[in-house]
Amino acid sequence: MPGFWINMGPQHPMTHGLWNMKVQVDGETITDARPEIGYLHRGYEKIMEVREFQKNVVLTDRLCYVSSITWSHAYCLAVEKMMGIEVPVRGQWIRVVSLELQRIASHLMWLASYGPDLGFLTGLLWALRERELFLDLIQLMSGARMNQNYPRVGGVRNDLPENFAAMCQRSIEHFLLKMEEYEKVFHDSKVFHMRTEGVGLLSAADAINWGVTGPNLRACGVNVDLRRLDPYETYEEVDFEPQVWHDGGAGDSYARFVVRFNELRESCKIVLQALEKMPKAGAYRAKPPRRAEGEGYAKTEDSRGEALFYVIGDGDDRPYRVKIRSPVFSTMAATPLILRGNKLADVVAILGSVDVCVGEMDK
Amino acid sequence: MSAPLIPNLFDVCKVLTGAIVWVVQQIIYAVAVLIPPLRGLGDWLGSDPVITILTWLIAVTVIVVWATLVNLLTMMWVERKLYSRLQDRYGIMISIWSLPFWPFNRVRRPTHRGTGYLQNVADGVKLLQKENITPRNADAAMFHISPVLIASSTLMIFAALPWSSGFYVANLPLGILFILAAFSLAPLGILIAGWSANNKYTLVGGLRAAAMLMAYEIPMILAVIALVFFTGSLDPIEIVRQQDRVLFALGPIGIPAWYAFTPQFLGFLVFSVAMMAEMERIPFDIPEAEAELVEGWTTEYSGMRFGLVFGFKWLRMIAGAALIAILYLGGWSGPVFATLDVGGIPVPILPEEVWFLLKIYLISAVFVWISWSVPRVRIDQILNIGWKRLIPYSLLAILVAAGFRVLG
Amino acid sequence: MSVSAAEPVPRVSGRPVAGIEKEILAQLVVALGSKLKKAETVRAGLVHGFIDRKDLVAVATYLKVTLGFEHLACVTAVDWKDRFECVYHIENYYNGCMVEIHADVPYDDPRIASLVPLWNAANFHEREAWDLMGIEFDGHPDLRRILLPDDFKFHPLRKDFAQEVDRQYISRRKIRGGK
Repeated sequence: MPGFWINMGPQHPMTHGLWNMKVQVDGETITDARPEIGYLHRGYEKIMEVREFQKNVVLTDRLCYVSSITWSHAYCLAVEKMMGIEVPVRGQWIRVVSLELQRIASHLMWLASYGPDLGFLTGLLWALRERELFLDLIQLMSGARMNQNYPRVGGVRNDLPENFAAMCQRSIEHFLLKMEEYEKVFHDSKVFHMRTEGVGLLSAADAINWGVTGPNLRACGVNVDLRRLDPYETYEEVDFEPQVWHDGGAGDSYARFVVRFNELRESCKIVLQALEKMPKAGAYRAKPPRRAEGEGYAKTEDSRGEALFYVIGDGDDRPYRVKIRSPVFSTMAATPLILRGNKLADVVAILGSVDVCVGEMDK
Repeated sequence: MSAPLIPNLFDVCKVLTGAIVWVVQQIIYAVAVLIPPLRGLGDWLGSDPVITILTWLIAVTVIVVWATLVNLLTMMWVERKLYSRLQDRYGIMISIWSLPFWPFNRVRRPTHRGTGYLQNVADGVKLLQKENITPRNADAAMFHISPVLIASSTLMIFAALPWSSGFYVANLPLGILFILAAFSLAPLGILIAGWSANNKYTLVGGLRAAAMLMAYEIPMILAVIALVFFTGSLDPIEIVRQQDRVLFALGPIGIPAWYAFTPQFLGFLVFSVAMMAEMERIPFDIPEAEAELVEGWTTEYSGMRFGLVFGFKWLRMIAGAALIAILYLGGWSGPVFATLDVGGIPVPILPEEVWFLLKIYLISAVFVWISWSVPRVRIDQILNIGWKRLIPYSLLAILVAAGFRVLG
Repeated sequence: MSVSAAEPVPRVSGRPVAGIEKEILAQLVVALGSKLKKAETVRAGLVHGFIDRKDLVAVATYLKVTLGFEHLACVTAVDWKDRFECVYHIENYYNGCMVEIHADVPYDDPRIASLVPLWNAANFHEREAWDLMGIEFDGHPDLRRILLPDDFKFHPLRKDFAQEVDRQYISRRKIRGGK
């Protein structure tokens, strides 16, 4: 049968988000792939030029709606670099706590969507059940479960509630018990290994060349974690281990899965450490100037990779230009490389392990 | 050891037919007072050929109703409840107690009040009232015929599948062969369904289904061949009768001579795995894989056509579990514990039907449990397992069976 | 599949090297000389460089091949109202240094060399710059619209494309010429 093009999307139950992947199939093997994005383009960079600096946080929350605090924080960091203001220490620690809780919630959402991709529908419900624990914590901290509008230029919106450390401790202990169960279901399952090992290979040189960052790059064996390579906030004082896949060479889906899965544990560690190490009282927010001129960029380790914001101000109370660099946008360019040579049944498994979030890709 | 509740379906149906015919005859005789020639019609109705044909029709209806209305609904309920509990949620909850016209439901209208048995009926009614869409460029005749093919071949299985040593429509001496052949008709229907819908997804799904189901029928039949070395016959009633004795006694409990406990154990495993693939359950449900192919080969079906092909998957599960029970787990044999005496007729407390149903539902529960705990396997890996692993094991089972037969 | 799994994985320590930006700045000034119109270290780990657009490939090649800047993070297009500007953020994984290259592009000839032969990461970013801002990249293998529909006629991120506030709150009476 000569190769014909199959559309996976834009309406598809399992490509999470609204985008299209055309794959050219020869029998069951993929010979070429072409992603088509832009279905969710909302014109962010243009809108952000007419909103004041602080009001843009409402927009950046909705870039990747699964992981909103990390994106708003990256924007606030860029604006702070441009304005040259310094966040108080307690504010920085609170930011670290909120970022890591959001990272856990985002990775659990990925896990919840990856199970059904492989056919394991029970994984959806178990991971979402665990995610509720962290959404409750985020709600206690910021008032909302999603799109919280929590980071501010100069700090955070409000202080942590009373007894937050004890609540985090309890939730994380329960969660770590459940992680043992997930280990058994995923890591010890022969069918899971059959579906993900050797599937969707990406070599480290290719990954760096195509701009893949984050857990996808660490799964290829490259030890790059922006929280260590270019530390921001108080990450230098936190003891954690960037999860890198060590056992040889090219990153397959299993490596990406293991890296993200272990990052869940590391994030739990960071949260507990941060709650211990932070100053017990103090200012958590600095007042930024209303108008600013200059330029600043900030790159942070988002749940999906390197999120870079480049903000230019020209003396007005609004930014002149905001550039959003999304990790998924760059990874999407590399997907033809990852997909070629695999079988059609693997497309959803590979793209699930790459963790696409269309909101940040299409801006 | 145990006794059937219905010793002979035809006798029971004959009583029923006799009653119906007698009522109709009385009505006709009453009318015949006015129109004398009708008397002859009344007499003809009571004659032997008519009674026999009516008995047959009623027996077949009873079996079909038993299989679909009672067992299918219960099996769907069992599966949906079981996997919801695995997923830490309540599951289907609409039942007869949540209907709005009850007086205790006037003030608060809870829908989640019951066990959920009526939910499947509600889903069936919902499917009935949907529009039956045919895609524009689809092969209309084939598109309409294939659900009929799948449904009728599945119902044909129940013509030869006995539910106890008395509750059957036909007892064929080659019963197992007929059942396996009826099982094998469905892949043809699936292929036609996928192909005729003029949709790339369904075509891929249909071809995958055909490849997988064809690959897994071979180890299934080879395992049955290994069994035949021991049983010497393909009659299901005969096979169950042979398993009805005690193998050896472990203290007070006697281990029955089910073929799963004998050297046929390997055949039992091979047959179970092949049957899971035939029933298109996860981990083998790649033809219907939601993740990639929307609904696989059933994508273009809507309304009750979809209900037929989707619901009959469960009917095939019942038939498959019944086959496993008959061949390897002793069918309907089990202790009867006590026998009541109802007006001269001995009624067993735990008749054979109950044991059979128990075994069917237990096997299905194990299949559901496995299904919802494991990711699905890719099509080429499925074919790998089928051709390169199961067939050698089934051939090994034949060897073992032949060896034991020779050694006595 | 991707290229040669036999290629070695880069030995990256994952930690920044302190004071590296001064070294990088010095090396750039020495190697590029007149091509570099202005260069400075802004803060720890960040070097700004301003070049002319025709020297882009030379500078980028020097950065990638000699200095080991393997990661092109971002290609930004900015519309200053009298010229365009392309900003390239290039990162070095070995020592955590970031170089920000600014290249001016005139309004009447919005073309600049493409960096796709060096870093494939530029592929999608340059397509986005073309799509939203209208800067053409010479040597790009597949320069077409990425985020907007394929037949969209304008480049929305330019400053002369109507902004939201220009189109809001204009009543019909005002359009007809009233108050």
